[in-house]
Amino acid sequence: MSGLSTKRLMKELADIQSKGTPEGIILLSADSMEEWVFLISVLGEETIYKGETFALRMKFGNRYPIDVPEVTFLANEQYQPPLHPHVYSNGHICASILGNEWSPVLNAVAICITMQSMLASNKKKERPEGNDRYVRTAPSNPKLTRWHYDDDTV
Amino acid sequence: MSSDGDNDDFLYEDEYDDGFDQDEEIDIDSTSEPDVYDAMSPAIEEAPQKKPYDVSWKVKTLQEIIDMQNKEISKVQALLEVPSSSAAILLRHYVWNSEKLQEQFWNDPSQALEEAGLSPSSSPTARTTALPPSPTKRSNRSLRPGPSSLLKRTRSTQPTGPFECPICCMEYDYSSTYSMGCDHRFCKDCWIEYLSGKIKGEGESAKIQCMESGCKRIVREEVIDDLVTKDISKRYHNLLNAAFVADSPTLRWCPHPNCEYIIECSQAPTRMLNQLVPTVECKCGNDLCFGCGYAASHRPVLCRIVRLWEKKCADDSETANWLQANTKECSKCQSTIEKNGGCNHMTCKKCKYEFCWVCMGPWSEHGTSWYQCNRYDEKSGIDARDTQAKSRASLERYLHYFNRWANHEHSAKLDAEFYQKTEKKMEQMQNSGNLSWIEVQFAKQAVDAVIKARITLKWSYCMAFYLKRNNMTELFEDNQRDLERAVENLGYLLEQNISDTDSIAKLRQDITNQAAYVQKRHDILMDDTLRGYLERRWEFTVDT
Repeated sequence: MSGLSTKRLMKELADIQSKGTPEGIILLSADSMEEWVFLISVLGEETIYKGETFALRMKFGNRYPIDVPEVTFLANEQYQPPLHPHVYSNGHICASILGNEWSPVLNAVAICITMQSMLASNKKKERPEGNDRYVRTAPSNPKLTRWHYDDDTV
Repeated sequence: MSSDGDNDDFLYEDEYDDGFDQDEEIDIDSTSEPDVYDAMSPAIEEAPQKKPYDVSWKVKTLQEIIDMQNKEISKVQALLEVPSSSAAILLRHYVWNSEKLQEQFWNDPSQALEEAGLSPSSSPTARTTALPPSPTKRSNRSLRPGPSSLLKRTRSTQPTGPFECPICCMEYDYSSTYSMGCDHRFCKDCWIEYLSGKIKGEGESAKIQCMESGCKRIVREEVIDDLVTKDISKRYHNLLNAAFVADSPTLRWCPHPNCEYIIECSQAPTRMLNQLVPTVECKCGNDLCFGCGYAASHRPVLCRIVRLWEKKCADDSETANWLQANTKECSKCQSTIEKNGGCNHMTCKKCKYEFCWVCMGPWSEHGTSWYQCNRYDEKSGIDARDTQAKSRASLERYLHYFNRWANHEHSAKLDAEFYQKTEKKMEQMQNSGNLSWIEVQFAKQAVDAVIKARITLKWSYCMAFYLKRNNMTELFEDNQRDLERAVENLGYLLEQNISDTDSIAKLRQDITNQAAYVQKRHDILMDDTLRGYLERRWEFTVDT
């Protein structure tokens, strides 16, 4: 099945190169067909994330796009995950599109757009409830966490 | 304890309407166990009648469960005039509540179909789905409509030429692609990969949707069967059946390993579990609780109390581990003693001191009316002066009950092991010609009675732990004490050396009498406790 993800990612890459990415979304690195990093910023004056840029890493398995990629915000010296009630301090994201609402017709840019709008609609900078407890025990791959999606408003 | 029969059928209709037609089912009368006390038939002449606290049940095979579903599907199919796969999807969406389904459907057919994940029947896919010729032939293994008409048909309506699959970005001939009524077309390879992943990886069955983002259309059974491998298709149908059983309040899988039967019981809905302990017996020969799925009888204790108890025991596992240590010291000469028999009457090999394994007190006190081993002396707790002492008292109180609970379980196992050793001896006795096969059965019957009584005693300690101190509880503990004493006496008799053929007649008589007495005490405790729920006699320290 390695053919499946490679061909599809090449096509996505070609599309990005020819048509570009939406405003506020930049493909930072796509050195291999296994891991890409996008830079995301929220546009406009209204946002609480004005002037901030976040790095979103996607790891594609060989069953991509049937399987959802592993998506996290980078947490290192250079980048910090956004302060958001659905984003844990280790960069793990609780979003239904990365779980039971993933569809194989979605793609890397669609994930970026969803993350961007998730940040844009947020009004209050705070970590999810139970962040410390989760981060202490979380698996390194967020796909191994059983997420419970309870709030669609932010 | 429980019986089943055709004459109980009326209770199904009264107690609980589960939407299935009971009366037309072929009655597989599960429990040819008219009388649990069969082993003791010499003592009890008549089969006991069904008690008010007993429930009726049936044991179903997987095929019968499949037939139940197919019957409902054909019924809905005929009533709503939809294809059988649509009827199945509708029923699963409405959790097999066909009345609710019909109400919603006749209220607004297209909305009902859409909510269930089916586009209105004007769409070509929904209308022309092939119907399996005979629902009864649909077995777990091969639930496939004969020809793959569905895939062929969609192909013919599509233009020819290359098609680029939006998922894998490869080009395909239209014949290698597939779309449902929603017209979201993808290549078959991606469909297979997607469906296999959903079924095998995520264990999904009834709710597998179209691959398109946001499309809620449910993938039909025959489409899945057509596309995926036989193994995955089999797993898919197993998952569908499992979901059907899990969704039905009147069905429960037998929890015993490798058993594939399903219990049907309509007399033990959740709301009744504060006054019923619905112990049932599967055809595999094992007991289970229909109320909570516990893989053994936990009578006379309510499901909720059992859950609390198990949680407590798990939380206090450290002390439980300590308690379960199998050695103790003789309270007189301090020799280390390992308990290797089921009886609590211990005799120290070294100093011949006779004592009780449970309370470590001298056995002589147990033989008289001063038997206090079953009762925790609450007075010792009253003396507690500070919090620490109180918490220690509460732990000690718990340990008192846990110790006896665990001890009966341990003893029941040892009794069973001991019996296996004795069985050989009995064969020898039979072979030596003095006794017939039927005459040596007394020991087996007695061991069965001891084990059953020990399991009941075990749970009686869980019960007592949660009971409020009052007169009713005192009566309960009196019954418990009587049964416990009878069991220990019988256990002691059973451990006598029965290879001596001269004394066998006397021993046989003693054991048979004592076994009958154990049975009687057991029935009294069980009957009184279970009736007590119906009469609301028991008061617990926790909410039930």
